[in-house]
Order: sequence, then C-alpha cells, then structure tokens
Amino acid sequence: MYVATKGGEQAIGAAHAWLDEIRRGDPAQPAIDVAQIEDQLGLAVDRVMAEGSCHDRGLAALAVKQARGDLIEAAFLLRAYRTTLPRFGASAPLDTARMAIRRRISATYKDLPGGQVLGPTFDYTHRLLDFRLAAGDAVPPPAPTAMPDPAPSPRVTELLAREGLMQREVDAGAEPGDLTRAPLAFPADRPLRLQALARGDEGFLLGLGYSTQRGYGNNHPFVGEIRVGDVAVEFTPPELGFPVEIGEIGVTECQMVNQFTGSRTEPPQFTRGYGLVFGHAERKAMSMALVDRSLRAGELGEDTTAPAQDQEFVLYHCDNVEATGFVEHLKLPHYVDFQSELENVRTMRETALKAAGE
Amino acid sequence: MTGTTQAPSPPTGGRGSGEGGTRDPGYNFAYLDESTKRMIRRAILKAVAIPGHQVPFGSREMPLPYGWGTGGIQVTAAILGPADVLKVIDQGADDTTNAVSIRAFFRRVAGVATTERTAEATVIQTRHRIPERALHEDQVLVYQVPIPEPLMRLEPRIAETKRLHAMADYGLMHVKLYEDIARHGHIATSYNYPVMVNGRYLMSPSPIPAFDNPKMDRMPALQLFGAGREKRIYAVPPYTPVRSLDFEDHPFRPIRAQHPCTLCGSTDSYLDEVLTDDVGGRIFVCSDTDWCGERQQAKAAVE
Repeated sequence: MYVATKGGEQAIGAAHAWLDEIRRGDPAQPAIDVAQIEDQLGLAVDRVMAEGSCHDRGLAALAVKQARGDLIEAAFLLRAYRTTLPRFGASAPLDTARMAIRRRISATYKDLPGGQVLGPTFDYTHRLLDFRLAAGDAVPPPAPTAMPDPAPSPRVTELLAREGLMQREVDAGAEPGDLTRAPLAFPADRPLRLQALARGDEGFLLGLGYSTQRGYGNNHPFVGEIRVGDVAVEFTPPELGFPVEIGEIGVTECQMVNQFTGSRTEPPQFTRGYGLVFGHAERKAMSMALVDRSLRAGELGEDTTAPAQDQEFVLYHCDNVEATGFVEHLKLPHYVDFQSELENVRTMRETALKAAGE
Repeated sequence: MTGTTQAPSPPTGGRGSGEGGTRDPGYNFAYLDESTKRMIRRAILKAVAIPGHQVPFGSREMPLPYGWGTGGIQVTAAILGPADVLKVIDQGADDTTNAVSIRAFFRRVAGVATTERTAEATVIQTRHRIPERALHEDQVLVYQVPIPEPLMRLEPRIAETKRLHAMADYGLMHVKLYEDIARHGHIATSYNYPVMVNGRYLMSPSPIPAFDNPKMDRMPALQLFGAGREKRIYAVPPYTPVRSLDFEDHPFRPIRAQHPCTLCGSTDSYLDEVLTDDVGGRIFVCSDTDWCGERQQAKAAVE
C-alpha cells in the first residue's frame, strides 16, 4: 500500500547536518580561518563584497567560508545580511582623485602626471602552475619598495575634459535613486544603471562587455585609466553639519575613453564609460565601464540593436542573486504543473493518433 | 545578527486565536522591520484597490533565495499578527521541502502557531495550488509568484507590457490562445492559465493548474500575490469575479487526471500521479494532503 512520503523536516535537518560536516571537511586537516581567507583569498573576498553589495572584508570572508567557496552563494549570504542593517544616511560622493593608489595604469598615454604604477598584478606573469606553492608556501622575500611619486595623480579623463576633449558628466543635483528600496523602472537613469552594474555578476558583465568588442554594439573603447586603492568615505552627520571621515574603503575604478560624438555645430568629444567596484576587481570594473557606455547608446543618439545596449535586458539579468535563485528554483517540486501538462499532452496525443488512424 | 535594529513595537492582532510559540528575539516580529512592512502593506492596499493590477514594491533581499517564495514570504510577513495561524503548502502538500522550510522560518522569526489543517489556518501561503476545501472570509491566501506578468512570454519588455495593461490591450493573449486552437484543436495551456480580474486586468494566477482557476472566482477569502524577484504585488479582493480566458466555441476546461484518488477515493480533487515501479505501475493521489487526510479519516470513522 502506497503511503505518501512524510518527514520533509527530518530530511532537511539531516541534509543540513551533512552540509555542515562536508563544509568542515576532513577533521585531520586544520580548519581555514576567516582571517586567512580574508588575507590569502583576497580577490574572492573582493568579488563577494562587490556582488554582495556590502563593503566588509571580514563578513565577506566569513561568507566565503560558510559557502564552501561558492562565491555567488557567498554574495547571497552577504546581501541577505545587508538588508537587515539600518540605514543612517548617505555618504558624500567618493573622491577617487584623492585615492591612496596601489595601482594606476593608463593605456592612452605612455606617461602622465603621477606615472604608471603597476602594483600587485597578474598581468605579465606567465600562467605556469607554481608547484612550489603546493610544496609549502614559504614567505617570499619582501617586494622592493620606493617612495611614492609626490606628484598628484589627476584622472586621465579629467585631463581630457579640461581640453574639452572629453564630455563632462552633468550632476543633476538630484538625490540618486536606490534600487534596493524602489524597484527599477525603465528607462532607468544612469545612477541607477551604475548601481545595478556595480553589484552585477562579473561573468555576465564580462560576456556582455566582450560582445561589444565583437561587434554587438561596438563603442571603440580605450582604457583611459584604471586605478586601484583606498578612498576616504565622508559622512555629514545632521547634528554636526560638516563632513567627517568615517573610514576608508578599497575600490577599483575604470574610466574608458570611447568613441566621440559631435556634429557640424557641436565640436566632437570623446565619451566616457565608467566602472567602480569594491575591492580589487579590474576585470569587473572594465566590463562595467564597457557596458555602462553601451547602455548610453540611446541618450547619445546611437542605434540600439545589440543586447549590451538594451537596458531591460542588461539590468534585469545582471544580478546573480536574482538569477541564481530563479534558475535554481527549478529544483523545487513542479509536479502539480507537470501533471497538468501530462494530461494535456496525453489528450493531444490521443486526438492526433485518432486523426492519423482515420 | 540585527542587534542594532530599533526595538520592535509590540505587535498585536491577527485574524485568528492562535497561540504562538517563542520566537527568535534577534529579529523583529516576522523578520522584516516595521517600516518595510508598512511599505509592503501600502502596496497591498493599492493592489486590493485595483484588483489584478501589478503594484511595484521595494522587494527586499530575504534569507531565502529568489524564486523560492520571497514575494509570498514578504506579503505573509507584512500581514501576519501574533494571533494568526499559518499554513504553508507547496504542490498542495504541507510536507514538501520548501513548505517545511518556510513554515520553519515563520515559526522562528514570528513564533506564530502553524497548522496543516486548511480549516484552522487564518493565513495560507501557497505555491502552485489552491486548497480543495472552500476558503472563507476570515482567511487570506498568499500566492508565491515567479512571473507576475501574464504577457511576459509574449512580450518580454516590462515597459511595453505596462502600456498594454494601461490600454487593456490583450489581443496578444487572445491570438496566442487562438493559435493553440488552430494548431492543437484546443487551448494548450494547462497551468498558469491567464485570467481576467473584475473584467479589467489580465492576471497571472501564478503557476497553479488550470483546474484551480475556477476557485479564484468570487472567492470569499482575500487573495494576495507576491513576486519578490520581479518586485510586484497584486491582489484579488473577496468576491471579485475572476474569469479564465476562453472563446464561446472553445470554453475553458479545467484539466485533471480522470481517476479517483487511490487513498481517499475523491473523484473531484486534483491528483498527483505517482510512479510505483518501472514497468508502468502508477497510482493517483490527492495533491492536497490535508483534504485527502480528512477524507481518509472520515471514511475510517464511518467504517
């Protein structure tokens, strides 16, 4: 006699217990410390902060540990935590021109004020597996140091703008929207688009950015500048009335110099694609800048034909927490609907077979 | 985790006389903070005022994944009072994994009483089914909705579908149903079957089987629909006409497997097909576990 399955609650409990066990792994191995993750898997932590939309290295490292290294799961954990935090106000805009720079490169000028600073980068490494790391990781000799160039490092796009060669962004002065409080509506203005892209999935934006390079909405980009470092966050408490520095956050900024616009009456100017991401995330910042620029196609009077130029397509699908939830919900039972489809298809087959027999 | 949130105002009310258990003191009653609940209630009120119209709301990131009921959970959290009695079903059953998980969530963060009995519940959160037992005025049915836009498969752009709703321009859907008939001889939609609410708005009933659609019509209970990922709430107020789209010569037909339930013998409830072996053995049982259980008990009592 068939008895309907019961005991979902026990099964879930057992599954979670198994998950705990497997997350910890072989007890003979030392457990990974959150501080080690924060330090030695720093780029994973940065990605989780960016997509989790919450700048907290410690919490992001904890999320990486809890998620067994699944970075989208970790970003989800961080987001779910982030929603519970009270909001006490908005900071002043970051001034990335005053960044304490760890890395700063420009592809448009051989040399420039402040110089090219390579910083810690995988670029120019040969991607050969380093078996010495597997054999125990000795502390490397300290990297050579030098005094930082005392010259200020103005932003490349600013240098161009001073000459009138780069279109200036206009600050409308309006309070920017907040997509975590109000749902997106279309057309979405640029601050909202940048918010969505900043927390968007690195892989999705990378693919879209890449598609623009392959002809699906090309906008002729040059890396004006990428800079990585720490920026001060300032906040004006209402009871004080003047800004105070409340800390520093690490960010990566990418400014792309893109194809010019202009006409007989308007002198031609380059246009800007902008990327800003928590932590050290050059691939993400560059992809974001490419996609930001392609999403401006409409307002710059260009044809909008490619996926990367389509606001609804890009912004509704770039959030990996939303995407992973909906894709993975297909794992949930759907047998009620499937039963309807079964009956439906059976009826249709009967009709078709009868018709064929006649 | 939320040690910094403001002290929650003591909640009162609820539709039932449930006696809640203890709840996790680390969270506000029913997880969401009071201002978020207020925002959601405003959206619900607007939705009730315009039956079938999708109201955008500031959907929050929940500790459960998008697509797993975050919209329904937010609606439930916003309407729940400590005296409420909550029932959660998925595929008509109380013991499916996701229903178990959501029920446990509310037990933890709201401490409300939960039940598996449809008759005893004041709030029923559901995925993919409407209970077989007729609901009454003191109950609220909260649907989890994956895609609130009934036109999405025909027109993916929300900016455009908004315009179509504004103009009540539902020709796309009629053409789609007509094409079904032309191709297959009848309408080939068996679940998530589109309905007209109050003669004005085309609405997705969420992916319930078409069999359940007639239950929505003039239902005495308030029906609320929450789509978390898509950030929309909509509603069907009590006793509102809800009509499944059809044609005069091709009337709407609810689909159900033509068998009695193997366990309780019901011939008018929606059935799940269960494979019992790999040589074609199968039985059909009620998808609504509470309904089936009650009927089995009644049968046993008679015998």
